[in-house]
Amino acid sequence: MSVELDVFVGNTTIMDEEVYQLWLDGYTVNDAVKVRMEGGVMDECEASKDVLLSDTMDQYRTFQMCERLLHSPAKLANQLLFQIPPHRQIMLIERYYAFDDTFVREVLGKKLSKGTKKDLDDISAKTGVTLKSCRRQFDNFKRVFKVVEELKGPLVENIRQHFLLSDKLARDYAAIVFFANNRFETGKRKLQYLSFQDFAFCAGQLISNWTVGAVGEYNMVEDMDVDLDKEFLQELKELKILITDKDLLDQHKSLVCTALRGKTKVFPEMETSFKNLSRGLINIAAKLTNTKDVRDFFIDLVEKFIEPCRSDRWTAADMKLYLTHYTNSAHILDTFKHQVVWDRYMGVVKSCIFKMYHD
Amino acid sequence: MPGKLKAKIVAGRHLPVMDRASDLTDAFVEVKFGNTTFKTDVCPKSLNPQWNSEWFKFEVDDEDLQDEPLQITVLDHDTYSANDAIGKVYIDIDPLLYSEAASVISGWFPIYDTIHGIRGEINVIVKVELFNDLNRFRQSSCGVKFFCTTCIPQCYRATLVHGFVEELVVNEDPEYQWIDRIRTPRASNEARQRLISLMSGELQRKIGLKVLEMGGNAVVGYLQCFDLEGESGLVVRAIGTACTLDKLSSGSAPNTNTHMHPNTAPASNACNSPSKDGKESPLAHGCRSTHNSPVHSVCSSQRLSQNFSVSVPTLIFTGMGSGGSAGKEAGPLRTLLRQQTQTALEQREFPFFTLTSFPPGFLLHVGGVVSARSVKLLDRIHNPDEPETRDAWWEEIRQEIKSHARALGCHAVVGYSESTSICEEVCILSASGTAAILNPRYMREGCLDIGCTDHRFEDPSPPSCGFCHIPYDELNMPFPAQLTYCYHCRRQKVPDVLFTTIDLPSEAAVAGKGCLIQARLCRLKKKAQGETNATAISNLLPFMEYELHTQLMNKLKLRSMNALFGLHIQISVGENMLLGLASATGVYLTALPAPGGIQIAGKTPGDLSNEHISSIQKRINDTIAVNKELYQINPPELAEEGVGSPIPEPRHRSRLFRSHSESSDELSELDLSHGKKDAFVLEIDDTDAVEDIHSLLIDAPPPTGFYSCNTENMPGISNWTSGVQMFTSVRVLRLSNANLTNQGLNKIFTDLCENLLKSFYFKLRSMIPCCLCHLNFTVAVPEEELIQVTVTAVAMTYDKEQTQEKTAEKPVNKGSLEAEEQLQFPLELCADSSSSNIQTASKISGVAESTNISPRAASVDYGSFADRCSTWLELLRLKAHTIRRGSVKTSRRTQSLAHSVSSLERCSPLQEGRSRSLRSSRSFGGSSVTVVKMTPLSFLPGIRIIKYLGIINMFFIRETTSLREEGGVSGFLHSFIAEVFAMVRAHVAALGGNAVVSYSMKECVFMENPNKNQAQCLINVSGDAVICISETDQESSASTANTGQTGGGGTDGAT
Repeated sequence: MSVELDVFVGNTTIMDEEVYQLWLDGYTVNDAVKVRMEGGVMDECEASKDVLLSDTMDQYRTFQMCERLLHSPAKLANQLLFQIPPHRQIMLIERYYAFDDTFVREVLGKKLSKGTKKDLDDISAKTGVTLKSCRRQFDNFKRVFKVVEELKGPLVENIRQHFLLSDKLARDYAAIVFFANNRFETGKRKLQYLSFQDFAFCAGQLISNWTVGAVGEYNMVEDMDVDLDKEFLQELKELKILITDKDLLDQHKSLVCTALRGKTKVFPEMETSFKNLSRGLINIAAKLTNTKDVRDFFIDLVEKFIEPCRSDRWTAADMKLYLTHYTNSAHILDTFKHQVVWDRYMGVVKSCIFKMYHD
Repeated sequence: MPGKLKAKIVAGRHLPVMDRASDLTDAFVEVKFGNTTFKTDVCPKSLNPQWNSEWFKFEVDDEDLQDEPLQITVLDHDTYSANDAIGKVYIDIDPLLYSEAASVISGWFPIYDTIHGIRGEINVIVKVELFNDLNRFRQSSCGVKFFCTTCIPQCYRATLVHGFVEELVVNEDPEYQWIDRIRTPRASNEARQRLISLMSGELQRKIGLKVLEMGGNAVVGYLQCFDLEGESGLVVRAIGTACTLDKLSSGSAPNTNTHMHPNTAPASNACNSPSKDGKESPLAHGCRSTHNSPVHSVCSSQRLSQNFSVSVPTLIFTGMGSGGSAGKEAGPLRTLLRQQTQTALEQREFPFFTLTSFPPGFLLHVGGVVSARSVKLLDRIHNPDEPETRDAWWEEIRQEIKSHARALGCHAVVGYSESTSICEEVCILSASGTAAILNPRYMREGCLDIGCTDHRFEDPSPPSCGFCHIPYDELNMPFPAQLTYCYHCRRQKVPDVLFTTIDLPSEAAVAGKGCLIQARLCRLKKKAQGETNATAISNLLPFMEYELHTQLMNKLKLRSMNALFGLHIQISVGENMLLGLASATGVYLTALPAPGGIQIAGKTPGDLSNEHISSIQKRINDTIAVNKELYQINPPELAEEGVGSPIPEPRHRSRLFRSHSESSDELSELDLSHGKKDAFVLEIDDTDAVEDIHSLLIDAPPPTGFYSCNTENMPGISNWTSGVQMFTSVRVLRLSNANLTNQGLNKIFTDLCENLLKSFYFKLRSMIPCCLCHLNFTVAVPEEELIQVTVTAVAMTYDKEQTQEKTAEKPVNKGSLEAEEQLQFPLELCADSSSSNIQTASKISGVAESTNISPRAASVDYGSFADRCSTWLELLRLKAHTIRRGSVKTSRRTQSLAHSVSSLERCSPLQEGRSRSLRSSRSFGGSSVTVVKMTPLSFLPGIRIIKYLGIINMFFIRETTSLREEGGVSGFLHSFIAEVFAMVRAHVAALGGNAVVSYSMKECVFMENPNKNQAQCLINVSGDAVICISETDQESSASTANTGQTGGGGTDGAT
């Protein structure tokens, strides 16, 4: 005797959020039943294991049928097959597009290609996220990437409208798309200490300050938020004068040191490393016209700036103080004419370093 | 030229990719009605094509309008090879044919393919212009309204109830024609879908004609069924109750003044003597079955049929007692009453009513359930135009039902329904209903030709208990029953138990809550062919009926209840077994005596001391006590008599009864049966009996917070809140080939049903406190070793606090009081419900860019506003038409006139096209799919139905040759049922409606062949499409109501 067929269909589609999460997390039906039993759901309504199994199967089937619609969430709202209350639709979409920070950290900046997809089992083993869930997350990244690639207009807004995501999630996806597009290196050992949220913050900074769209005058250009502003990158070369011109360098140093003196315990270290640090930051800026160096932007920031500071035991407050005065002092240099570019560059670098300067 | 059908194809969306190379589709649409076909242009390379076609016009007879569906086929254009079909939409235009219902069908319809399921959606607008020519000999019956609802629909008043209408049409099943060998499954499925659609249309038209002949304007309780007889053909049959309905103007309280209208057929003078010879069956507790001619051939030739029928009237004990002084007076009067009503009612061939609930005062007395079954051998239908054999079969059964009703002293049958079960060439026909006496007052007023001068007679029974009083003669009882004086009025006799197929009358006095009671039974049978098989089945049937009855009775007593409502017994036949499932809602009627407990007895009196037996006895007693608590059954009378020990009670009680009955000395015979008390004693004489008792106790009560019933109203709960969840569940069990016994099978079947219920409770736990209403179980044996159970029901939330208060204050609800409460509570409650509705609505609009509910609501207004104009225009056009016949010219002129006006503002009807497309583009861009509620009940809690838009009756076939890829049988059926729901909702939304009431899934035939990776399923669903508004919203959304009303008013003027 066996149950050959067992279905339950409601006029309003019944979905249990807990089961949805288990499904998203890639649990098999049997594992999900186990988890639910441990969760104590059996005590409600005197359910038996069979009841739980039947319910879980039903829900899994429903989710599988919905999955096609979730791939283009706008369809979910005007499809006729499932009658789902709008707040539920929002929940379904938001959860479907949610991802594990540990997983995304592994693929951040990688090409969203078949090759990477093949590595997913390794990533799954490393992160403990089930392969099924890894695939869903990876496919989500790819799908969002593919869609926004062809759209004009602001990146975050496009993602939000096209995938009906919350602002926060849309921003995270924008970061993922931005990283994947520019192929930023994030996998090096030295960068391991940085979380996805650190990178997402930096991506947000770069998107809103360094891209074509950031300038404002080009509205509705393709890839305006994905590609860095080439003109700006070119202009960054002009900043080299701050390190190549000996006078300017000395002047800059003295201005900064004057301002900092007595305000921090690590002042001596700051004074000695000023020239090195300044060279580091400005060389990064000058090299950004090369795609290869763009990819190394974060590793460069760490190697050229964050690590030296850390070895000198700067506190976060020291860092803040230093960078503020370093940025502002350049304005007082009368021979330095590239104030706008400088601000645009340092504004982003400063906030990225603030975010990245932790253990 | 009585009608013009106009269709416009607006756009498509979400189409499937038909061209792999470009990942796009070159779609065009064929619109077909009758033999006329139109095509749209090809919309190249788009998955969201905008055709915006012209209006395709079909000039057709109204007969065709009723029979034919509008067929829309979406195709992919292919330059080099044949065009590929994407899918089809069948639109039943019947709702457009009566003036008060919908006036336009407009919306997104799922494009359906029988192999691939739903493949995108298409936006269509359909209108009908009807030209009235009433003088002509009519073949059509446009204008007769159909309702699935088995009560007088809300917002209508029944001025006359004419009575029973039935019709059946037969045809060859395309699936079994020779051509099926060479055509594709798709073509075959589509031929079948189309044929059934045509046959349903024809059937409805014919029934409509009968209604018109009777002078009615509507069919209520319309029940249409298919018999897929396989080789021998396809039968579509329907029954219903013809009525004359008046639309109530909004605001006025529904007046329930109903008159019976007699027909002019000759009266039969048979009073309460059964016309057929009944032979008392030896079965205990008054189960009487009539075996009439167990085997006789219906037709002369080799066409042999097994005819067998069982009637189980004793399931029902009734009483209009004539004991004591009141009785003596009532005696002659009753005869008089019977004569009068008989003259009125028995004049018609079948005084049957498919209704299950009635206006107060309509139903006087209930006799009990009458049922008849007959086993037939199917034979090819030789001439589809002469479906005489099938007609004769049903005629026979109905005659039997009628005579059973007479035997119960009743002149009418209410809550009447018919069904079949077919396996290979054997067919069981079943009919059942509740014998009843209807109020003669209603008849008298209705028929002036019967000069009724008797005004002395006034019905002495109060409404809260009157229907329980026995209608038959106490001296001439059709079966042994125990009668007592009514516990309510103490004046008339009542039976100890009452079984009915109707809903609990709203004025009935009940104690506590009701609950679903099911009896389940499996009987193995040898595989056999033809006559032998039919005889074997015939022989099994009475035993099954008897056992089901016993189970019901025991379970009823176990729950300490004394009446069953909504009783439905289904017997399903398979190759090697018969399945019986009886479902009903048990309730404690305070008018009837308290049920006795159940006493266990051993083979010999000595066995009573047996420890085993006493432990069972204890379990039973405990269960009864628990159930009393659970269903809050504590009528005041019972309290006096000592609730503690249920077992001594029956003795005590029966003694009490005896003293009563002794006073009226006529009852000596009955007294004996009291003495035996056999209804209460379960004898344990073999292991089977032990099993039976165990299975009795297996039924788990619903978990806390849940109640269940299979009727329209849940006895004891009326304060519904807004939560409604309709669902369908199907489970198929494969039996292992191991040698199964009847006992083993019973256990499996019982577990299957119980587990289904448990699953429902678990799935719906978030709705607690909640009641599963209208639980409708259907069993089938699709193949050997498979048992299929299909359930459709609705879960509704209620307010627990108020219930408790209420029951605490008044454990016994008096009739009128309860009626008031039923009115008040929903009113109070819908305040919360609507406000929460509004909240969610606003929340929705905040989040998803476009507002979800309001735009649709607006467009409904808009549409009906435009509709009203268009009806005015049509009126003008009609007038022009009647003056001069150059109709084409006239209408064209009015149209061009309308065109010129359309540039003005909204008020032009032709503007509608644009407004629709505006709406469609809006809904396409944003979200806003109309939310359509569905319920098998005739009402939605806290919501008022303001307009019935017409009947929904849809038939779909789905087939797959890639079963595994579609997620196996469960995946396949899951998506199919979801698709059916979606198509029903889409059609309702296109009619401008937002809910389906009296929804039912009549047929769900599932066949699989896993080895070939194939499966096929047929589903038939029906219901009433309605527009409803939240009761508290009524004032605020008066505009919606108004436009709805005026829309109806405008058309009224036109007709």
